[in-house]
Amino acid sequence: MLERFQNSRNALGLAFMLPAALLLLIFLTYPLGLGVWLGFTDAKVGREGHWIGLENYEFLWGDSVTRLALFNTLFYTFVASVLKFVLGLWLAMILNRNIAMKTFFRAVILLPYIVPTALSAIAFWWIYDSQFSIISWVLLKLGLIDRYIDFLGVPWNARISTIVANVWRGVPFVAITLLAGLQTISPSYYEASAIDGATPWQQFRYVTLPLLTPIIAVVMTFSVLFTFTDFQLIYVLTRGGPLNATHLMATLSFQRAISGGALGEGAAISIAMVPFLLAAIMFSYFGLQRRAWQQGGKD
Amino acid sequence: MSDFNRRKFLEGSASVAAAASLGAGAVFAPAVHAQTIKLTPEKGAKLRVLRWSRFVQGDIDQYMKNVAAFTAKTGIEVRVDNEGWEDVRPKAAVAANTGAGPDIILSTNDDANLYPEKLLDVTDLAEYLGKKYGGWYPAVQSYLRPDGKKWLGLGLGAAGSMMVYRTSMLKAAGYETFPKNTDDFLKMCQALHAKGTPPGFALGNATGDGLWCNWLMWSHGGKLVDQNNKVVIDSPETQKALEYGKQLYATFIPGTLSWLDPNNNKAFLDGQISVTNNGISIYYAAKNATDPKVKELQSDINHASFPVGPVGSPTESHLFFNQMVMKYTKYPQAAKEFLRFMMEQEQFTPWLTAAGGYIAPPLDFYAKIPVWTDDPKNTPYRDAVKNMRPTGYAGKLGYASAGAGADFIVVNMVAEAISGSKTPKEAMERAQKRAERYYKV
Repeated sequence: MLERFQNSRNALGLAFMLPAALLLLIFLTYPLGLGVWLGFTDAKVGREGHWIGLENYEFLWGDSVTRLALFNTLFYTFVASVLKFVLGLWLAMILNRNIAMKTFFRAVILLPYIVPTALSAIAFWWIYDSQFSIISWVLLKLGLIDRYIDFLGVPWNARISTIVANVWRGVPFVAITLLAGLQTISPSYYEASAIDGATPWQQFRYVTLPLLTPIIAVVMTFSVLFTFTDFQLIYVLTRGGPLNATHLMATLSFQRAISGGALGEGAAISIAMVPFLLAAIMFSYFGLQRRAWQQGGKD
Repeated sequence: MSDFNRRKFLEGSASVAAAASLGAGAVFAPAVHAQTIKLTPEKGAKLRVLRWSRFVQGDIDQYMKNVAAFTAKTGIEVRVDNEGWEDVRPKAAVAANTGAGPDIILSTNDDANLYPEKLLDVTDLAEYLGKKYGGWYPAVQSYLRPDGKKWLGLGLGAAGSMMVYRTSMLKAAGYETFPKNTDDFLKMCQALHAKGTPPGFALGNATGDGLWCNWLMWSHGGKLVDQNNKVVIDSPETQKALEYGKQLYATFIPGTLSWLDPNNNKAFLDGQISVTNNGISIYYAAKNATDPKVKELQSDINHASFPVGPVGSPTESHLFFNQMVMKYTKYPQAAKEFLRFMMEQEQFTPWLTAAGGYIAPPLDFYAKIPVWTDDPKNTPYRDAVKNMRPTGYAGKLGYASAGAGADFIVVNMVAEAISGSKTPKEAMERAQKRAERYYKV
């Protein structure tokens, strides 16, 4: 019996997979399931919830702050992800060249990513301070402005400022991952295209970009997911202010569920994020990763 | 068990008499009443305490000395964890929900009313301390004895939110003393603004310093809910408060819409603003500064109570501190004994003193200790708990008041209306709708 088990690929495979599956079940599936359940209840901190069906979702649909948070989240994710992609790709292309002190620059580029988020958020908080901002100070000294910029006190300024901080933090991840992808492209493609008379732009458009697409799909999926669920940066910089202009779904969910005690409503806000996250994954999966040409067929 | 006894009481009384006869008013004279309570800590008890991080260094230094004295006396090991007060609430909530975590939690505002059934009944201890130390102030009872019978925890005090101002700047604007009513206060702010030394009050999602918005609303008769917890924030009184706030906002330094709790401290200590609301931490920072420029401010800083508005009585809002014993603790007697020990005058007086007036006392007796009068600048903070209105005034505390506070409903309404982002009517309507959601419970 034991021998049969040991010789069975299926049984062994299942046995080896079980610990990981168990861990996933406990630490991923259970919390997610609990979140879904809580979203259908009126659970409060310290109190069991009762089933109330879609009431939380109905309320959130009509709640102006939630709608604003949804808009903020989509705007934040879209703009930050696009900027991170463009800047990350640009940096990766530069770092992929034979420049002096290449290794040093590759290490430096990672710095924003390895600094703890809360720490970099505090640094940005000082940079954006309405009274002590270094940016405002420099611009004022240069005579370009006549009063300090209110980075975090005006809704649109605050949205843009938080996006800039997010981009600063997120670019290294995109850049380093795309650089890894660029390193896998054989130089022979470039040599061949150069012999055919391709311009740098044509090389980028017809060699680099198609070959980089699978890694772009992966990195952008992660980038979108991280940005959509961002919490720490906003929590430290603005706590969702001014006037809820920078509240993201994640910060609003925390505020209502934990600080405010409305566990059910907070969970519903979190669960409402899931369709958007799934859409991002689906887009990457079906739109980019499973292109036929990757499997040897025609595009 | 209390080590206060009749002999000590007589000794105390004798010292009062001696002090009076010598005219030595500065001699501290206890006037506590003999009370006893029998608590028997469980054998092998160990305690974990979660408390908010200090804002003034003296607080934590003396608190830990008291903890060490407790351990030396009882043999009970006590581990103290510190968290920012924003983070204590989530941790306390998780502990209450899961039934595991610290034995004692020092938290803020109406937390005890979020999960009353998860907390140990400390009525005997609260009554003992109340009788011994001149009684708990009404606000403490609102927070911790919501049904008028059972105590959910003990009051620790409150970080008073008072007016902090620069005497020299007020003088330059023509004011020798701080205004006592809202009309004069507005005129003073306009004068300060004209002199280039504006006031500044936090309008971001600032947990502590956003409390001035309650004062603004209450001082004009507005309130979030009535006594039956019916949301009444959309009212002519609130509208008046917001119209007044608009005039006030016009005098503020730019940028207050983004201000969180630390912003006003920084701006004040940098000399950019003349008036703000704060705990005594600004003064404490100046007093203990190593930077001579900051230390110089010490003599220029002064404090005052919030001006009284058209309602005719003080309408102060302060950050209240609870001490809760979680019901799941394995050592309820030890936990209660710990709290008793920490609240006794031998420990509590040095602690309040070391905190330099940062924590206003919850029991009347501790308003008489010298820290409040030795430095007259501390005095306005003394009666913070005595004069305060609980959050969620005039209704009952609980999930709804906690949620409304955490959601910054009042702060955002005030910010929207006075900054001109919305009309007062629009801001009130939005606040009304949002608050009704919480008070639907």
